[in-house]
Amino acid sequence: MTTDTTTKTPEAAAAAPPGPTPEKKRAAQSHRRLLTRRDRITLALMAGVPTILHVALVWVTAIASIFLAFTTWDGIGFDSIKWVGLDNFTQLFNDNPQFWPAVQHNIVWFVVLILIPTPFGLFLAVQLDKKIRFSRVYQTAFFLPVVISMACIGFVWQLVYNPDTGLINSIIGANKPGHYIDWIGDPHLNLWAVLIAASWRHAGYMMILYLAGLKSVDPSLREASALDGANEWQTFKNVIFPTLRPTNTVVLVVTIIEALRAFDLVFVFNKGAQGTELLSILVTNNIIGESSRIGYGSAIAVVLLVISLAVIIPYLIATFRKERRA
Amino acid sequence: MRLSPSGVLVPGPSRRSLLRGAGSAALLAGAGIPLLSACGSSGSSSDPKTVTLGSNASDAVPKKAFESVYADFKKQSGLTVKVNTKDHNTFQEQINSYLQGTPDDVFNWFAGYRMQFFAAKKLATPLDDVWQKIGGNFPDAMKKLSKGEDGKYYFVPLTTYPWAIFYRKSVFQQHGYKIPASWDDFVALCKQMKKDGLVPIAFGDKDAWPAMGTFDQINFRLNGYDFHVQLMAGKASWTDAKVKAVFDHWAEILPYHQDGFMGRTWEDAAQTLVSKKAGMYLLGSFVAQQFTNKADLDDLDFFPFPEINSAYGQETVEAPTDGFMVSKAPKNHDGVLKLLEYLGSPAAEETYLKTDPSVVAASDKASTSAYSPLQKKAFEMIGAAKNLTQFMDRDSRPDFTSTVMQPGLQKFLQNPKGVDSLLSSIERQKKTIFASE
Repeated sequence: MTTDTTTKTPEAAAAAPPGPTPEKKRAAQSHRRLLTRRDRITLALMAGVPTILHVALVWVTAIASIFLAFTTWDGIGFDSIKWVGLDNFTQLFNDNPQFWPAVQHNIVWFVVLILIPTPFGLFLAVQLDKKIRFSRVYQTAFFLPVVISMACIGFVWQLVYNPDTGLINSIIGANKPGHYIDWIGDPHLNLWAVLIAASWRHAGYMMILYLAGLKSVDPSLREASALDGANEWQTFKNVIFPTLRPTNTVVLVVTIIEALRAFDLVFVFNKGAQGTELLSILVTNNIIGESSRIGYGSAIAVVLLVISLAVIIPYLIATFRKERRA
Repeated sequence: MRLSPSGVLVPGPSRRSLLRGAGSAALLAGAGIPLLSACGSSGSSSDPKTVTLGSNASDAVPKKAFESVYADFKKQSGLTVKVNTKDHNTFQEQINSYLQGTPDDVFNWFAGYRMQFFAAKKLATPLDDVWQKIGGNFPDAMKKLSKGEDGKYYFVPLTTYPWAIFYRKSVFQQHGYKIPASWDDFVALCKQMKKDGLVPIAFGDKDAWPAMGTFDQINFRLNGYDFHVQLMAGKASWTDAKVKAVFDHWAEILPYHQDGFMGRTWEDAAQTLVSKKAGMYLLGSFVAQQFTNKADLDDLDFFPFPEINSAYGQETVEAPTDGFMVSKAPKNHDGVLKLLEYLGSPAAEETYLKTDPSVVAASDKASTSAYSPLQKKAFEMIGAAKNLTQFMDRDSRPDFTSTVMQPGLQKFLQNPKGVDSLLSSIERQKKTIFASE
């Protein structure tokens, strides 16, 4: 798409002005003159290299995964690939004790992120938007976790949660036999423990998105509502929030993506053991590692892909419809 | 995703030219080869004076011990060993793609099924010529452990260590505890320790493998070596009443295990034994690495897992053996042969053991004069064993143990009452994995 516009625009611009009767020959000549050999090579490289990379790294791998999902393969040599039809999927749905918990945890991940850190991020953004003193400092403090990699966040929170020597258990004395809290191992606790760490980061991310959205709200709207005698909450609810609609869409999409790609934090935390299984971790455990059940792991990856598409396609349709209307 | 490493890179001669020539091919391959190979041998390693070696010895003590071995080797041969150390667990996780990418000439690995697997996949070089020279240094049991399924040698063992129950002599003395000989004694001892305010059995299963050790011990004590081998090979059924009995025994002692084990690493669990808060700890003798204070180390002792079934007594010892393999196309072939001959000598083992006294030599020719009482005991225990096992994840398919057994055992530990459905689930999954030969 981009190449089309770049190649055609100068040509059209050059062809249109000369006269009311543009000749075909002249148009062709100008075309030749405008795009020299070098231009064409540059264009081909600029469009071609990213295209090749994109096709190779996104499409080929995705299609290969879909193909491999119907096979068994230990990853050593092509001759060991064997077609098994839907076997991987029936096994996954019926026999794998980790699969359904993983699906459930991915959903919990999304629900928690959208219900807790997202409104909290919005709240922070609204407060910071009031131009209080030191607002830059607060902004930096809340945004800092977003800059740190998820893996590092995992390490940091492990120090907090470590059942024997961690911060929490040391303070409340919950590291003695009898009254012991196993933040990392207990399947009733560990998912929530990780989600607190994830929320800690997500809130800062949401804050920045909303802060950007709030900056673009027309100040005259605030003035108008103030003149109408609306209090702060009413102004926010009836005037400011509705104008944040585009930001909300972005926030929703970002949060869905965060929930589906959740991986690093849990992997560092306890490798997705009992209670914290996630689809991405099942894929990794089966494909990477000595186990190398590549066919089976691909089947899980395909399930993840299907879920992602189920979310992305409606979003794209809605977006394109809006663009066409505009 | 991993089409490229095996497809593009496996053919030997064309590999380097392909990588050098086509940038896009390298990029494609780079997408598939995980981190290890990227940090592995670089182009400079065709130097005849160096041998590259991929090491999983990331813990401080073994790392230092290996350094002394390679330094000694350099003094003798003039060859430098360029070591590429990876985190122990990461090394294992990435081994498949590592060996298919551009591996180092020599790499640390384990005896038994895991060695045979890569030998059968033609990712290792046979070492029969090395063994002609070093064969006399090893007992028959070690020779058997070093052979692939095709009867060729693929492995040079360096060290081995037993799994047993470790304890502090002073703690046992102080409370007047006796070494339990039978299962009932063992359970009674656990009860007494709990009463005395100790954690009877230190335990940490965050890395998911330590629990396999407990399973192995109860299984071969209760059902014997042959059944254990059958079960690990996927031939016996996990729904067999014999397996159920293993879990029943385990459930009986589970209340005496340290609380919160799912969030604790073995290193942290070992610290409770160091600090005398725990009475016993079932682990490999590498637990001694955590005893950094000499007085504490001298206080450490162990006894074999107690007898459960008198028909099998204590005849089986779990003794994982570590050593070296050679990747499929080593760059410095002559240097590799020299290195492995050296590593297979008693001298190399003695040098290693000077720094890491938590294991014993695989060779029966190595001098035991420098052994600590703990090592002597371990050496005798392994020597006297009727059967040696490696470890669940070394005696069985790694895809089965890591994707089914590790989460399976953790599930049991969380909910010991749900054994029946757990075992039928394991059996179903086992069938599909072992069927995909």
